[in-house]
Amino acid sequence: MKQPVVGGPEESAGWARAGPPEENYPLYIRSVPTENELKFHYMVHMSLDVVDEKISAMGKALVDQRELYLGLLYPTEDYKVYGYVTNSKVKFVMVVDSSNTALRDNEIRSMFRKLHNSYTDVMCNPFYNPGDRIQSRYWGTIAEPSEGSGIWTGAFWENILLLMPNFVFDIELEWAFDSMVTSMMIQVC
Amino acid sequence: MVDAVLFEFLHTEMVAELWAHDSDPDPGPGGQKTSLLVLEGMGFRVGQALGERLPREMLAFREELDVLKFLCKDLWGAVFQKQMDSLRTNHQGTYVLQDSSFPLLVRMGSGLQYLEEAPKFLAFTCGLLRGTLSTLGIKSLVTASVAALPACKFQVVIQRP
Repeated sequence: MKQPVVGGPEESAGWARAGPPEENYPLYIRSVPTENELKFHYMVHMSLDVVDEKISAMGKALVDQRELYLGLLYPTEDYKVYGYVTNSKVKFVMVVDSSNTALRDNEIRSMFRKLHNSYTDVMCNPFYNPGDRIQSRYWGTIAEPSEGSGIWTGAFWENILLLMPNFVFDIELEWAFDSMVTSMMIQVC
Repeated sequence: MVDAVLFEFLHTEMVAELWAHDSDPDPGPGGQKTSLLVLEGMGFRVGQALGERLPREMLAFREELDVLKFLCKDLWGAVFQKQMDSLRTNHQGTYVLQDSSFPLLVRMGSGLQYLEEAPKFLAFTCGLLRGTLSTLGIKSLVTASVAALPACKFQVVIQRP
């Protein structure tokens, strides 16, 4: 299962990702303060079941609303859990402190949208193999819960290719050709 | 947005580069197959990324036919600036996508000339289709055939486990 990123007690914000439905393994986990981490992991684990339930309900009912944002999954006594699923069946789960009533629905939606956008960028990175754990630093800065009101702080772009110029020249020509062409394809398309 | 012709040049050069290494004394089907696999693999990875990026603002796909329609309209529109000409299915997991004037073949000629060379220019696109389908959760096998340039057909067979 994807481990969720979980925030601390002051402001628990966390999310997790799950891969294709048959496998459901975590791509990224993050906790801000690391106390009670296991509890948050367990909570997100359980909420993945709720997400699956909602997805299958969406498939069967003839609902016009086929939104990607799943909304509040279930409220527990201290925390609220929000879910979001992409067209490629990747699930994002966020755990937020209930006492943080300043967070409105559209803020959560915009957080998920930013996460989805940066996940798309990670996918387009030619050095990333789909299915691996996400290790990009750019992703880490985007996916960082902030201390304040829970609104993500933006991060400027770090061009992954520029980070590893030595790496690109060390590898064999074929592989370099392959990945450089792939990245150019992606840019051109 | 960048000019589409850049992709066409790059693609032509990719095929030429892979076939240039093929001029060893053993140009049997083995060497050619590797090049085709490499091209298809590249297309696959690009398709995976596009499958993540293109449907972003769209609502969730309800069924398989929606995904195929997305391929014909949005994917073809984004990569080749035109839509697929026809989509046929036997409703049992096989889809035939027909393009009567495929942009990567249109510059080569029209009619039966160069028919043997055409498949190598389709391998990347087959991979592209397969990659996009795989990100959207569908395992498939994509093959292409050319009867007369520049019209070609892509056959998508969904693999059900």
